[in-house]
Amino acid sequence: MALRDSRGSRRRLLLFVLSMSVGVAALVAINGFGANLGRAVEEQALGLLGADLGLESDLPFADSTEALIRDIVGEAAAGVGLDVNEVQARRTTFASMAYFPRQQATRIVSVRATSGSFPFYGTFETAPTDAADTYRDLAGALIDPSLATQFGLSVGDTMRVGQVYYPIVGTIEQTSSEPAFVSLVSPRVYVPLAGVDEELLAFGSRVDYEIFFRLGGIDVEALAEDLDGRLPREVEIHTVDREREAWSEALGNLYRFLGLIALTALLLGSIGVASAIHVYIQQRRQTVALLRCVGVTPKRAMQIYLLQASLLGLVGAAIGAAAGTLLQFLVPGVLAQALPFEIDMRLYPGPILVGLFAGVGITLLFAWLPLLAVRDVSPLSALRADVETGQLARTVRSPRRLAALVAAAVGVLTFGAFQGPTPTVGLAYVIGIAVVLAVLGLVAWGATHLVRKLVSPGLTYPVRQGLANLYRPSNQTRLILLAVGFGAFIVFTLLIVRSTLLSQVRLADEGERPNLIFFDVQPDQLEAVRTRVVDLELPVVEEAPIVTMRLAAIGGRDFRAEREGEAEQSWAVDHEYRSTYRAQLTETETLIDGTFVGTYDGTGPVPISLEQDIALELDVAVGDTMVFDVQGRQMTTLVSSIRLVDWNRMQTNFFVVFPTGVLERAPQTWVLVSRAASAEQSGGAQAAVVSDFPNVSAIDLSLIIGVLEDLFAQLSAVIQFMALFSIVTGLVILAGAVVVSRYRRIDEVVLLKTLGASRAVVRRISAVEYLSLGVLASTVALLLSVPVGWLLAKYAFETPIALPFGSLAVAAAAVAGITMLIGVANSRGIYAAPALQVLRGS
Amino acid sequence: MVSVSDERTGKEQRVLEVTDLSKTYQSGQRSLTVLHDVSFTLNDGDTCAVLGPSGSGKTTLLGLCAGLDTPSSGRVVLCGTDVGPLNEDARSRIRNEHVGFVFQSFRLIPTLTALENVMVPAELRGRADARDAAQRVLEQVGLGDRLSHYPVQLSGGEQQRVGLARAFVNAPRILFADEPTGNLDDETSQAIQELLFALNRERGTTLVVVTHDEALAEKTDRIVRLRRGTIVSDSPTHASEIRP
Ligand SMILES: Nc1ncnc2c1ncn2[C@@H]1O[C@H](COP(=O)(O)OP(=O)(O)OP(=O)(O)O)[C@@H](O)[C@H]1O
Ligand SMILES: [Mg+2]
Repeated sequence: MALRDSRGSRRRLLLFVLSMSVGVAALVAINGFGANLGRAVEEQALGLLGADLGLESDLPFADSTEALIRDIVGEAAAGVGLDVNEVQARRTTFASMAYFPRQQATRIVSVRATSGSFPFYGTFETAPTDAADTYRDLAGALIDPSLATQFGLSVGDTMRVGQVYYPIVGTIEQTSSEPAFVSLVSPRVYVPLAGVDEELLAFGSRVDYEIFFRLGGIDVEALAEDLDGRLPREVEIHTVDREREAWSEALGNLYRFLGLIALTALLLGSIGVASAIHVYIQQRRQTVALLRCVGVTPKRAMQIYLLQASLLGLVGAAIGAAAGTLLQFLVPGVLAQALPFEIDMRLYPGPILVGLFAGVGITLLFAWLPLLAVRDVSPLSALRADVETGQLARTVRSPRRLAALVAAAVGVLTFGAFQGPTPTVGLAYVIGIAVVLAVLGLVAWGATHLVRKLVSPGLTYPVRQGLANLYRPSNQTRLILLAVGFGAFIVFTLLIVRSTLLSQVRLADEGERPNLIFFDVQPDQLEAVRTRVVDLELPVVEEAPIVTMRLAAIGGRDFRAEREGEAEQSWAVDHEYRSTYRAQLTETETLIDGTFVGTYDGTGPVPISLEQDIALELDVAVGDTMVFDVQGRQMTTLVSSIRLVDWNRMQTNFFVVFPTGVLERAPQTWVLVSRAASAEQSGGAQAAVVSDFPNVSAIDLSLIIGVLEDLFAQLSAVIQFMALFSIVTGLVILAGAVVVSRYRRIDEVVLLKTLGASRAVVRRISAVEYLSLGVLASTVALLLSVPVGWLLAKYAFETPIALPFGSLAVAAAAVAGITMLIGVANSRGIYAAPALQVLRGS
Repeated sequence: MVSVSDERTGKEQRVLEVTDLSKTYQSGQRSLTVLHDVSFTLNDGDTCAVLGPSGSGKTTLLGLCAGLDTPSSGRVVLCGTDVGPLNEDARSRIRNEHVGFVFQSFRLIPTLTALENVMVPAELRGRADARDAAQRVLEQVGLGDRLSHYPVQLSGGEQQRVGLARAFVNAPRILFADEPTGNLDDETSQAIQELLFALNRERGTTLVVVTHDEALAEKTDRIVRLRRGTIVSDSPTHASEIRP
């Protein structure tokens, strides 16, 4: 019965159900990828660390620590007959300038100096292949392909790091311990540890020291626990298990975040389903009334349609699941830059079942409300078509309707909580999307009303008729606006975020703002570097000393003591603070609390100034005491002021500012800030300074802009891939609504034809109708994406919004154009429909 | 069959000339001949009723006459133009200029007001006075105070009056009405019929009314009776005799 009744409308309904399929496909693809990701991390955990045990510190290992490690690890190794010296490798990582003599160019790179045969496990692929094994013996360098491309380097070229020259022996193609995108930020250069310019590791430079062990056959986890309590606080202990957990968490968060985006498509699709059922039931009123006349109960009538809906939901979900199963093989490609390994994808039944369940569940939840209308169809309406109107209104507040609404809301929220990175994030996200959709709906409603007001008698007939068509019954103008508007909203918001982020950096280049920074300048070099810079006719805008320190205690809380107990410590607690000292605030700083003390008078705790965010993060206020460990010396300080810092400048900004008279003798490096008038001047100055002072690094703004642009391109490729699902859902809903309206449209076109309308007039009418729909959708999306972009800019990026007028205009025109194309394509052939049916009154 | 004898009345007076018109529908293997060699002629100002049982081909005939469909064989000359070789656009233009339609189920555009509905044919013709003309005809059918009402806000009889106004706004030479009173009660039906004939008298419009209603048919000059696609009788009515 249920099946028989849906005959004829089935294909039309299916198109609508497809809008849900897109979301299901996204969900299945992402969850399927997630399942594979989990397995891949399991399988590749060894390669992620590259060893069984890793010890990491940002201070050189003290002799005592080295001895301790040799003792503990050596004993364990000896237990299985291994010599600790033979299963050991080292890697020392630091930022430095690489200088390419042939190209006369210089660039900051991330140097990884290695000894031993690291990595012990996993992949470390180079081109040529044998370079991975030979670069240490050849005293050569392996470089990132990006570096090779940037400077046109090839094997055989020479590069200099510090005072040491290295022949380039190969490029790094893939390493299982690092995702590819790390090289975007700072290209990697692998050199042998032996022979590295020791100057570069001088005190104050940011250096990461690592020791790795290959300890097959040993209970490394037990060993690590033993080490935990006995090594100094700054030493981090990595094991395969711990690494696996960290990666699972990081990648898990990534894929669950993508899952949320999939959920967006599904939510939009569910609205498509709801309105499809609504329209369907409207069209079926006569049938329902007839069924009621022949004695079918309201409940039974509703069951018939509920069964139809669930069957359709199942078909839609199955289509989605099938598509998603295929699509999941694309996901690793999209995320390639973020994955440290290749994933050989396999099929898992779990995600497919979840997808099917979600599809059918969403369909039922969202079909319920419109299906309730079936119960209210009076058998009388089989006789007279106009009986119904009064009855509909009465049911609006019925408990059944309320129950259906609540069920839909609870269902979606539960699903969000289940799919989100954490239940809270999932819930918040779903609510956020719901709010966006609701506001879109509201604005769409307002906009259509406004257009109705604006339709003036002065317009030509096709324009007036086209605009009037927006109000054609069951034209689903609002649904189309919602669906297309939401897709457009996503695109516009992405564009705004992109331009805002990039302009934030570009902004820094305006006027006389500094754009070139020399850092890692040793105190005894300061004079000479300054002179060199001035000789190059560059201004010295600012000089600042940097002293690295760690937080030892806040008030009565001793972090050393807390280390073992608490797992959930703020990053700010373990942060290596790079603080400065000076007597006054800079122009990028504003005092917001307390008083800034410029000079220490030698009595009591040292008065310091904290940046606002770090104060919040650490939960400290003016008057609190903080103890810093300044390279071994405990220093008690008192928070005397809180500063607001404008981070959007390329300047030296600090979390903690000390007064003068305290840190002058502490080991420190200096930063020198300048401004180059052009890229050439900047490049020349960097090359000149770096060649005279090899330990000094330089970075300029164009480099940062380039890196950000690259990063953003990577990121937006991922987001666009996911956003695509929502956009496609919007298009499917548009197509569905348009196809459903075709039947009414035929009626009208035929009537117009009977009255003597030419093909051109009819075409113009539908062009106006869909163009105005598209323009309205674009407008509605703009009206929403601009404020959302503004909110994101203000609160997430803390920068003024930058509207990309050009690309927004292009995108808005594209949205309007696509809508018009789909609409006009749908109207094709209608004019040729036989006009006789209008006479027959069908 | 009506003879095409009175050549002297002149071609310019002839509004509709139907010759050996046949229509066959092909559905699957079977073919169904709905109209069979139908011929008749109508002159300016004529009124004619087409009577016949349901399914006899009345609507089909009307559609063919108005160029809404193409005949299987035969010829339709509408207002001096053979519609056979014309394309859809050209037929539309002829309809717009010379033909009015009234439908059993009114067929108003729900998104337009009464006034706007009546304006449509005038606007399609590109008349600058569309609004005034529509308003005038609406006043004539007694709806001068309902101009800005939407169809749903009008009763069936009122909707059909709007339909009449729309049919007459372009002062067509011929008006086709397919059961114009079929959906209305007796009283309303009477009012609509009176309007129909009044407008016919005033403007000299040729009137073709398809109906089941013998009383309505009797008010026309001539009744064409169809049965299974053929004209079984074509005779002047009593009314034609008492009219000048
Ligand atoms: N597209 C079609 N295909 C096949 N047969 C058709 C088609 N359209 C109409 N017919 C048939 O043509 C015949 C005449 O139809 P038509 O609509 O002209 O009848 P009618 O005289 O107007 O009837 P009524 O008084 O019920 O309106 C009917 O038997 C109908 O079934
Ligand atoms: Mg008929």
